[in-house]
Amino acid sequence: MSVIDATVLPGPEAPIDKGGPNQPLLIVKDLKKHFPVRGGILGRNKVMVQAVDGVSFSVRKGETLGIVGESGCGKSTTARLIVGLIEKDAGEIIYDGEGLGDVLSLRDLRRGVQMVFQDSYASLNPRLTIEDSIAFGASVQGLSDPLGRAHSLMARVGLDPARFAQRYPHEISGGQRQRINIARALAMSPRLVVLDEAVSALDKSVEAQVLNLLADLRAELGLTYIFISHDLNVVRYISDRVLVMYLGEVVEVAPVDAIWARQAHPYSGSLFSAMPSMDPDTRTKKPPLTGDPPNPINPPSGCRFHTRCRYAEAVCKTRVPALQPIAAAPDHLAACHLHDLSSGHEKAGKEGLL
Amino acid sequence: MKESLVDIQNLDVRFTGARTVHAINDLTLNLGQGETLALLGESGSGKSVTLKTLLRLLPPKRTEIGGKIQVNGTDVLTLSGKALQQYRGAEVSMVFQEPALALDPVYSVGAQIAEAVRRHKGISRDEAMSTALDMLRRVRIPSPERRLRNFPHELSGGMLQRVMIALALACRPRLLLADEPTTALDATVQIQILLLLRELQREFGMGVIFVTHDIGVAVEVSERIAVMYAGQIVEEGTTQEVIKDPRHPYTRGLMAANLHGVARGERLNAIPGAPPSLETRPAACSFAPRCPLAEDACRATLPPVHVPSPRRRIACIHANAPVSAE
Repeated sequence: MSVIDATVLPGPEAPIDKGGPNQPLLIVKDLKKHFPVRGGILGRNKVMVQAVDGVSFSVRKGETLGIVGESGCGKSTTARLIVGLIEKDAGEIIYDGEGLGDVLSLRDLRRGVQMVFQDSYASLNPRLTIEDSIAFGASVQGLSDPLGRAHSLMARVGLDPARFAQRYPHEISGGQRQRINIARALAMSPRLVVLDEAVSALDKSVEAQVLNLLADLRAELGLTYIFISHDLNVVRYISDRVLVMYLGEVVEVAPVDAIWARQAHPYSGSLFSAMPSMDPDTRTKKPPLTGDPPNPINPPSGCRFHTRCRYAEAVCKTRVPALQPIAAAPDHLAACHLHDLSSGHEKAGKEGLL
Repeated sequence: MKESLVDIQNLDVRFTGARTVHAINDLTLNLGQGETLALLGESGSGKSVTLKTLLRLLPPKRTEIGGKIQVNGTDVLTLSGKALQQYRGAEVSMVFQEPALALDPVYSVGAQIAEAVRRHKGISRDEAMSTALDMLRRVRIPSPERRLRNFPHELSGGMLQRVMIALALACRPRLLLADEPTTALDATVQIQILLLLRELQREFGMGVIFVTHDIGVAVEVSERIAVMYAGQIVEEGTTQEVIKDPRHPYTRGLMAANLHGVARGERLNAIPGAPPSLETRPAACSFAPRCPLAEDACRATLPPVHVPSPRRRIACIHANAPVSAE
């Protein structure tokens, strides 16, 4: 990767730190989004997909939060809700101390929060040149010199403006397009960038280049990331904390090293042990789970994982476990009756289970 | 090596049309009976094209194929008509990446499996249906009697891929081709399908060529690995050899890019640049423009193929050099 002169970059227009350094950059409280789907004869009976159902978490300034889970667990819906691409049904989104909807307008939120999508081609307008794509948001927001910004950002993400500025999205490779998408997200000088499977469609060798770029940008511009991926190795590499979702709910949140050492929720445990082994001498012997994730249209009652959990008991079918700190560590949260001594689960609190 | 199942000699595949693409360049590959081989590579490296050539699925008008392919003694490139039909399905069959697209939405899964069996074995409808039921049982589908009458849209992704495997194995082929069969699946489902394929391979004793871009997946399913780059095999060996002692700079770069055991915040040893476009047939090492060890000789001629032990090969001028502690 060529080294680019960082001085050409327009300095972030001094983001005003309203809440102070200890105020989390983003707080999400009890976020809900249910999508109606047609069902029954003539589509009269409305059924709801509970895509995101009571999700709460916070993102501290300067940290990277990784979100993992399988398809249909609501991680992408959560991302879209945070950026305001779809409207929430219930819950609060608080950006640097200001609630979206009461103090903060959607337009102001988008100055501070930007997103990069998985499909690098579908997320660029095919009729705009690359410089126009990058400059578009900045000019809508009324920032100074949008084209100049676009050029310096292109240089920053490793694409020579003289060669690439006038090209169209179909004329460049997937890795280059994803660099353009990152440049576009940065054109507004945001503080939080939501990366929704941003490297998943790239080849491994190109993925490593983009991950290096993301790490550089974070250090230089003091960015905060929400990094959504199904690839646990990538999440481990880039994240400070990891959040595990299952069927629209958060089942576990923990610092990355803590969750790698010990997964407190049985689902996280299964997800981690489903990673293919990298050592031919210790191949996986037995799949950790059987069957596919259930349909989010009618999620199971109680703990949503009880249908696939090997520790499930009667209480798991009836009572929803709360997300709370496990005994060993206050910053390691899990939603499982096994960690709640008062839950009535027979094995609750027993060591060595998970 | 066990008795030969697949013998590909100097295969060239070129697509013509608005622009020419040299997809496969001088590829030689051998597979013994009952062996599992993973073809590992990135998009555009020619791994899927190799599989499609083996099944003769490429459009004949726009494809030029050179070289020789023998599967179980049959010369594949000269097959046509009935013989080709018999070869596909009975001798060799394939599992695709997207089972939902590969299955016919208007027939029940049982009918689709039975149709394939009847075509090849010429048995009655009832017998074919009971074969289909037996196959669903073998791929461990719960309540197979009920699933037999299900349509593809009624089944989940993991279940569909099991059906796809049942369909591919229904006529007991000697060779199974799998083109990224788990890439579209969730992590917890992927490992189930990988282990199922491993078990079925042992049970049926067939040869398997498994195309993947994921090193972890290759480690889980295969006993041998061939790494592809720009339409050529750059390194081949047993899984142990390739994973524990990668010799080609590209293989080493791939291993590093897999992020396994990389400390957080550490700079990744990324391979710079992007794969070549293959508009012209490579006359030198295709990896040289991205290679940290490249020298003038790499850019001048095709790299020599080193064969340190039987069935292990590395197409690199530096293959014998000691592995540097990068």
